[in-house]
Amino acid sequence: MLAFAMASALTREQVVAIAALANLDLDSLEIDLFTRQLGSILEYAEQVQRIDTTGVPPTASLVAHGAVDRADVLEASLDIADTLQNAPDADRTRLDGGFFKVPRVIG
Amino acid sequence: MSDVGTVRAARDAFRARAQSATELCREALARIEAVNPRLNVFNTVVADHALARAQALDAEFDRWRDAPLAGVPVALKDNICTRGIRTTASSRMLEQYVPPYDATVVSRLDSAGAIMVGKTNCDEFAMGSSNESSAFGPARNPWDLDRIPGGTSGGSAAAVAARLVPLALGSDTGGSIRQPAALCGVVGLKPTYGRVSRFGLIAHASSLDQIGPITRTVQDAAIALEVLAGIDRADATSASEPVPQFSAALTGDVRGVRIGVPRALVDQGVDPEVGRALADALDTLKARGATLVDVELPHAKYAIPAYYLVSTAEASSNLARYDGVRYGFRAKNDERRTPSHEPLRAMYTQTRARGFGPEVKRRIMLGTYVLSAGYYDAYYLKAQQVRTLILRDYEEAFQGPEAVDAIAMPTSPTPAFEIGERVADPLQMYLADVFTVSANLAGLPAVSVPCGFTAGKLPIGLQFTGRPFDEASLLRIAEAYERDTAWSNEAPTL
Repeated sequence: MLAFAMASALTREQVVAIAALANLDLDSLEIDLFTRQLGSILEYAEQVQRIDTTGVPPTASLVAHGAVDRADVLEASLDIADTLQNAPDADRTRLDGGFFKVPRVIG
Repeated sequence: MSDVGTVRAARDAFRARAQSATELCREALARIEAVNPRLNVFNTVVADHALARAQALDAEFDRWRDAPLAGVPVALKDNICTRGIRTTASSRMLEQYVPPYDATVVSRLDSAGAIMVGKTNCDEFAMGSSNESSAFGPARNPWDLDRIPGGTSGGSAAAVAARLVPLALGSDTGGSIRQPAALCGVVGLKPTYGRVSRFGLIAHASSLDQIGPITRTVQDAAIALEVLAGIDRADATSASEPVPQFSAALTGDVRGVRIGVPRALVDQGVDPEVGRALADALDTLKARGATLVDVELPHAKYAIPAYYLVSTAEASSNLARYDGVRYGFRAKNDERRTPSHEPLRAMYTQTRARGFGPEVKRRIMLGTYVLSAGYYDAYYLKAQQVRTLILRDYEEAFQGPEAVDAIAMPTSPTPAFEIGERVADPLQMYLADVFTVSANLAGLPAVSVPCGFTAGKLPIGLQFTGRPFDEASLLRIAEAYERDTAWSNEAPTL
């Protein structure tokens, strides 16, 4: 099959740009695969655009009673040791119990 | 070795002191040990934890005697957080994650006297239709080990079908309780959105996710829902609707009940054996006094595109939290492919590249795209409008002049397919969700019950969808059907 016959809703460049937005470091094989697969999924999904939705409100959520307020009262939350228990890197000794550590940001 | 019975049987045995909680627990653990290596349905088994719990129940028999799930061994899908017990969502990203808190449903099961025996395999972050996206390999269908158990709660459905536990919890975003229940020949209930707290459920698509029970009988599902349902201040989307005694609604009486059948939807693309099983099931209900009515759900054919646009958008946002900082996997320096002058950003992108599997990445990509500037209106907003139209179709069916009490459809257009058969074509995999996703988009309760087998002895499921918060009617219809059939008594040979 000729390459130009493979109509696609997405270009490779778009896939690279989306991966950057999604914080995903894709390799070149993944970029090729997703260009093809996401292209065909989007082509299929484009059928929603044929439906007349003039004046139809969007549904974002199905919460029965809308937002519920509660009294603004201080409550116990997870303690710092529990919170840091799953951290890939943390300092558990300083600053009143510790903190998460990330790679150096500033030179 | 005896099969683990039903929820009802286990509870009654404990109550009558016919079996201790410890005996019930040992039975389940022995069967898991014997069968799980072939089925791969458990990511984690907590034998010591479960036995300690069972002994505590036995030691305080009087306190627990009347608890609704006293002595009942339970398995949880591995995307439901358990304090101190590894919860992976079947992802490398959370392979070592040990939650510091319990999901609300876990606390409720505890208070009801249940014994948690382990965490079940599922599709990674509950994304898939076959359990094949699990980072730990697919669970297998007990009826045919070369076939998928369905997804995403495949481990939970297979565990119940294989008689390892009488009750397992799943979560259902687009059919993930009902479809594996159908393909494994057990009962799977997705409650109304808001009926069961989602607190502690690892989020996939928050406006669609709902936790529910997988059991061998409808009565067991009703008993479990009585325990799981109810408002929870930790989940602002949980509903304050009163929780009736669902098991009391199971009268077997469906005289005058109106059951809608969306013929146009059902007639296209259903496996002939599934079509015949549906027709037989409808005859059975008619013979019990139900009235069958044709209903139109004109927008149901758009449910799959709408679902995959809405759910991936929500997923891309929910999964942004996995960045290697607070919990979960972090790519090490020497594993990072490209040196970068932005080490923090490189840590994020490479952690996510290595921590997530292909299906999760594909959905994050799709969701990011449909939410991005310039495409939002054409895809995401449009899908939300179509969601409204799908919701209105159901409102018309349930409230209009020709109102029905439930809508009957197959749960899955085909029986379980072979492992590996569809992995190369994600769109083909998505299309199999045609009958299940609309209940999530509309927030409606839906239940899958066994309705027969193919000639090759693969289970077929029948789905009923009902009015919001009317699980009682739904379960009554499903249980009435079950009374006339003996499908749930058949067990796979293992």
